[in-house]
Amino acid sequence: MHLEDLAEKAAEFRAEEAGIQREVRVCVAASCQSSGSLAVMEALEDACGDGKGTCRVKGVGCMGLCSAGPLVSIADKDCSLDESVLYRDVTPADAPEIMGSVCGSPVERLRCPTDQPFFARQHKIVLENSGFIDPDSFKGYVAVGGYAGMVRALSEMTPADVLREVTTSGLRGRGGGGYPTGLKWSTVAKMPAGQKYVICNADEGDPGAFMDRAVLESDPHRVLEGMAIAAYAVGANKGYIYVRAEYPLAVERLQTAIRKAKRAGFLGSKVADTQFSFEVEIRLGAGAFVCGEETALMASIEGLRGQPRPRPPYPAESGLWGCPTLINNVETFANIAPIVREGGDWFASIGTERSKGTKVFALAGKIRNTGLIEVPMGTSLRDIIEIIGGGIPDGKAFKAVQTGGPSGGCIPEAHLDIPVDYDSLKTLGTMMGSGGMIVMDETSSMVDVARYFMEFCMTESCGKCIPCRTGTWQMHGLLDAIAKAQGTHADLALLEELCEVVQATSLCGLGQTAPNPVLSTLRYFRDEYEEKLQRAEL
Amino acid sequence: MPLPATQPNVRVVTLKIDDLDLSAREDETLIEVCRENKIPIPSLCHLDGLSVWGGCRLCVVELEGQNRLLAACSTRVAEGMRVHTNTERLQRYRRTLIELLFAERNHICSVCVSNGHCELQWLAQKCGVDHVRVPYRQQPYPVDSSHEMFRLDHNRCVLCTRCVRVCDEIEGAHTWDVMGRGSDCRVITDLARPWGESDTCTSCGKCVQVCPTGALVKQGTSVGEMVKDQHFLPILARRRHAR
Ligand SMILES: Cc1cc2nc3c(=O)[nH]c(=O)nc-3n(C[C@H](O)[C@H](O)[C@H](O)COP(=O)(O)O)c2cc1C
Ligand code: SF4
Ligand code: SF4
Ligand code: SF4
Ligand code: FES
Ligand code: FES
Repeated sequence: MHLEDLAEKAAEFRAEEAGIQREVRVCVAASCQSSGSLAVMEALEDACGDGKGTCRVKGVGCMGLCSAGPLVSIADKDCSLDESVLYRDVTPADAPEIMGSVCGSPVERLRCPTDQPFFARQHKIVLENSGFIDPDSFKGYVAVGGYAGMVRALSEMTPADVLREVTTSGLRGRGGGGYPTGLKWSTVAKMPAGQKYVICNADEGDPGAFMDRAVLESDPHRVLEGMAIAAYAVGANKGYIYVRAEYPLAVERLQTAIRKAKRAGFLGSKVADTQFSFEVEIRLGAGAFVCGEETALMASIEGLRGQPRPRPPYPAESGLWGCPTLINNVETFANIAPIVREGGDWFASIGTERSKGTKVFALAGKIRNTGLIEVPMGTSLRDIIEIIGGGIPDGKAFKAVQTGGPSGGCIPEAHLDIPVDYDSLKTLGTMMGSGGMIVMDETSSMVDVARYFMEFCMTESCGKCIPCRTGTWQMHGLLDAIAKAQGTHADLALLEELCEVVQATSLCGLGQTAPNPVLSTLRYFRDEYEEKLQRAEL
Repeated sequence: MPLPATQPNVRVVTLKIDDLDLSAREDETLIEVCRENKIPIPSLCHLDGLSVWGGCRLCVVELEGQNRLLAACSTRVAEGMRVHTNTERLQRYRRTLIELLFAERNHICSVCVSNGHCELQWLAQKCGVDHVRVPYRQQPYPVDSSHEMFRLDHNRCVLCTRCVRVCDEIEGAHTWDVMGRGSDCRVITDLARPWGESDTCTSCGKCVQVCPTGALVKQGTSVGEMVKDQHFLPILARRRHAR
């Protein structure tokens, strides 16, 4: 199949819907579903009737402003979210009024402005189709240019060409570490030909993070396309998607996507009528955070206990069942199709010197607009929190923002102007992580924050290595005592010493980074610890 | 006449460990080279003849030019490596790790059948651990005395998984596994059934011999009587690999 054939198919799918002019798009991603969007959709469908064939109600993926859900947007068929009329907090009872407004003036009572910075300041690559296409529709994805990256790679490029584009793009892994994706792919590609695997890491276990879930629920074909391109580039013919079982909707949409892509000949044997074959299987994780670590994840796929093992050998050399394996995060794969479609140089023109492209963040905590955003790398934290996020509600003052989940750290007001990229965050003692951003106001106690994350690491430690298994237990005990104003200066000294030992000696990233929240809150908010100690020693 | 056996293509590398210039086969790990050359490195989960585990972290060493520490048991040698095995920093880390182990479960040596023959005690002595600064966890765990010959005392277990590996890799029974998370991990027999009811255990006793502490012992031993013998392991392991 060539690009022209695909374009023809896309045109055909669009023609099937030529009669439809207006669309009523209802968010059916998990967050809006939990606030009742399915009932809203049903009511809208009832109110629509057959819509005289020119209007349709369509379920779409996440529109970003999840805290205002259920969200419904009304637009001409080809118009994006910015150009639509957006309604927030919609209930089934609003359906007749909303349907009545499809061709008339909007229902002001429910309106949510789309020219506000929350929407206007975003730059969407990963989420370009999110909130726009029906995630369960294969035709819908192709109609907006889906699978063009894969067909282009298979029909016009050699694997080496694909590797070159991905390397040129400067894309770095979105799973937390920020390892250069092109380099990882080339390493797997250079391993001798034979059985190789591609794995998509969708285990997303950081508290407060839901970026990967949103991508899978809103645009699952994009991830499959990225994986297929990766498999072609590195010489693999089999892929696994490791999703946590707590994401049933994502799993269901992925299953549908795989089934439909296979039926259309875009997965399976002879993909798009070429010699390339690629099978994809879903594996469910049972919710252990450590199973997101790549070696533990592979052990879990193999049916073993999900526990990390020493690296090297890295998965690229010896991964699943000892075969060379490429493992990337959901968002990493979601960037691949646009890179192949538009070229690596295009991607590299977005972002900063050493962090290219965009990053999806999940805004949570004490912030007005909680939800999902995508911004170019290098956007300042202040812009994200104060402008896009709308600042702190209830007239409270900002205190700190936590990035990188249990492996990251807190950033105080004084550093809010730094650009968000892998290296700047590291210099502040935190990390990009997978994209969770928890905002805290003046009422939050930083000792409590450190204790919360330490408790998380303690309960999620797999128990394989001594420093993490028992060190996190000890550190949690010390933090608990300090938080309850029962700790002494000697306790704090011991805590700092344990931080150093656990960081330096743990086997995997979980233990190595578990002290980070403590170290960073000590770095910027030491006075809060001191104050608690003084109270204890009075 | 049979052809002369071709030499497997393994190269020899040179490296420097604590001021000693050494040579090693490129497929050797740092701990193997250290043991050959009588350079002491504390270790608990490693045992010659079993697969690499990398869990105790006592064997960490420093590599010049690299910030991150390496576990000697799971790091292969490389040409030109410069390794330090006993710096002040490493000694301090190792002492802390051993303290953490003592505080994690119940180690009252004076009433333990392994007293005087216990690898954890030896490590503490060698690394200079004379007291424990972290609070004890004080969490009681059960004792399984259901096996007619052996006994398992979780309160003395350091979760090194030597028993799991020897049973799976050498005896081939795979009776043992680990269940749970964090400090509540426990070694289990079959699907967490009492050891005495195990269908898979052959009562060979290998797990008891390789266990570094008083967690796996023979029935009927009293304080200080449990002496272990691990000489069988490298021999059996080599025979197995030769096959
Ligand atoms: C404790 C732990 C948990 C992790 N969890 C995840 C996860 O949920 N999702 C993910 O993509 N990567 C996770 N990672 C990172 C992976 O090990 C791996 O680096 C990543 O999947 C590589 O993909 P990338 O290069 O695309 O970032 C985790 C790492 C550690 C140490
Ligand atoms: S650092 Fe923690 S999670 Fe990682 S291997 Fe060690 S005990 Fe397991
Ligand atoms: S197992 Fe070793 S360290 Fe623990 S009580 Fe027995 S002799 Fe002491
Ligand atoms: S029972 Fe003994 S050999 Fe088994 S894990 Fe515990 S300490 Fe190690
Ligand atoms: S889930 Fe509906 S807007 Fe995010
Ligand atoms: S001997 Fe190396 S980690 Fe235990």
